[in-house]
Amino acid sequence: MGVASTPSPVRDDVGKAPLNEVAIDIIGLSLRFDTRDGPVQALSNINLKVARGEFVSFIGPSGCGKTTLLRAVADLETPTSGAIRVNGMSPHEARAKRAYGYVFQAPALYPWRTVASNIALPLEIMGFDKTEREARVKKGLDLVNLGGFGNKFPWQLSGGMQQRASIARALSFDPDLLLMDEPFGALDEIVRDMLNQQLLTLWEVTGKTVLFVTHSIPEAVFLSTHILVMSPRPGRIFDVIECNFPRDRQLEFRETPEFMAIANRVRHGLRQGHSYDG
Amino acid sequence: MKSAVPIATVILAILAAWYVAAALMNAPLQRDLYANAGRTDYSTQDLIVDSLNMERPKLPGPHQVVGELWRLVFATAPTSKRSLVYHGLITLEETLIGFLIGAGLGIGLAVLIVAVRWLERSLMPWIVASQMVPIIALAPMIVVILYQFDITGVAPKAAIAAYLSFFPITVGMVKGFRSPDPLQLDLMRTYSATPLQTFLKLRAPASAPFFFASMKIGAAAAVVGAVVAEVTKSEDGGLGARLLAGSYYGQTVQIWAALFAAAALSAALVGIIGLIGRAAEQRMGFIP
Repeated sequence: MGVASTPSPVRDDVGKAPLNEVAIDIIGLSLRFDTRDGPVQALSNINLKVARGEFVSFIGPSGCGKTTLLRAVADLETPTSGAIRVNGMSPHEARAKRAYGYVFQAPALYPWRTVASNIALPLEIMGFDKTEREARVKKGLDLVNLGGFGNKFPWQLSGGMQQRASIARALSFDPDLLLMDEPFGALDEIVRDMLNQQLLTLWEVTGKTVLFVTHSIPEAVFLSTHILVMSPRPGRIFDVIECNFPRDRQLEFRETPEFMAIANRVRHGLRQGHSYDG
Repeated sequence: MKSAVPIATVILAILAAWYVAAALMNAPLQRDLYANAGRTDYSTQDLIVDSLNMERPKLPGPHQVVGELWRLVFATAPTSKRSLVYHGLITLEETLIGFLIGAGLGIGLAVLIVAVRWLERSLMPWIVASQMVPIIALAPMIVVILYQFDITGVAPKAAIAAYLSFFPITVGMVKGFRSPDPLQLDLMRTYSATPLQTFLKLRAPASAPFFFASMKIGAAAAVVGAVVAEVTKSEDGGLGARLLAGSYYGQTVQIWAALFAAAALSAALVGIIGLIGRAAEQRMGFIP
């Protein structure tokens, strides 16, 4: 269990686990975008190991590469150097094996499909038969409390309900790994609180490994087993904060001194990581 | 009906402008007619009224065109060679066959262009160039070339209709197939969907609104193609043949009646596609 308090290249290992229990293993990962204004170092020498079943949050200011890191794990971006292993496979193999479900910032539901049919989309693509699809869609709808909304079109649902449907879609084919890129960023605080609570329950029930990108300190502290504070230019992991409270957290937990202490450390890390900006 | 007032205003303005233009354009002609008849005692009112009711005016009045349309659509047997229904059905047949071929060709080309990236660069310039040739110059040549292969009758005209209608459909459908946003496409990548699956489950349904818009433009273009083809080869009849016959004999009222019949045909086709499109988009959840 390494904890990086300086931006030096140390291993940011998350969770104590034997080797076969490692969900994500990232070694010396760097990623540079060649833009019209010249190269941008999105990620610099990221070293990270995440044990199975952990809930790991990435928090940091815009441009710190947290979304890029998630996309690299999902094989949606190609690293410039370094290696990523997802359940022992390369990201490309992991994607081909449908090892992860991805939840985007926007629900990205297909507007011409009903909610049920949207949740069935990955199942159709992966060749599940009709009975199996129907069973899984029903289970998925219940899981995110959308039973009875299956026949609605996305525009008939609120933003929070749409994002819940997209979570059900990501879980429908039962991947071990859930990658979530600021899934609640566009929602108001009340809805966000409710979804945080639901996500926590979901995580407890399913035991998935979750990588979660967020801008919100309370959200990160409330949900995570580990919080990775990232800093920009170049994007790197600045601090790893353990957040090992019991899993059945209630919203009131956010008013406890323990919660405040962790939140303060995250806030401190964010400020420090950003300080050279002036 | 909030929109009734502006619509009525526009129609009235057009009619008023039309009457003024007709009176101004026909008055000199009418004065000559008076002079030939040795009539000098006409008032301005006589001049205006007679200018708007000439047998062969430069620009017929709206009521003359409406009267002619009424006579040739409703008061003439549809089997008569003077009936606009008779000629309209000929044009409709050519239009529909040409439109179906054009739509098939247009969508096929769009699929190819979206599926194979380099085809856009190699095909698109030719597709664009094909539309830069004036159709009125090309139409007789298409007729002649097809005649060499014993293709006569409806086929050459349908070919010209198809020639005009495939282009807007190709352009519209390429745009439609590329309309999914990056997130929707990324989602397919996370499922490691095949290109065919991405096409069938994302690109094709996403293109539906573009499909119906393209079809409307394509159908209107097909009518233009059919009418131009009929002007080229007028012995088989059709609204274009009526245009030609009218201009041959200086029957301006007949020309305008045929013109309006062609416009009505076009509007009807666009309207029907619009209704189907609306129903389909509603069913697909694109519009409430």
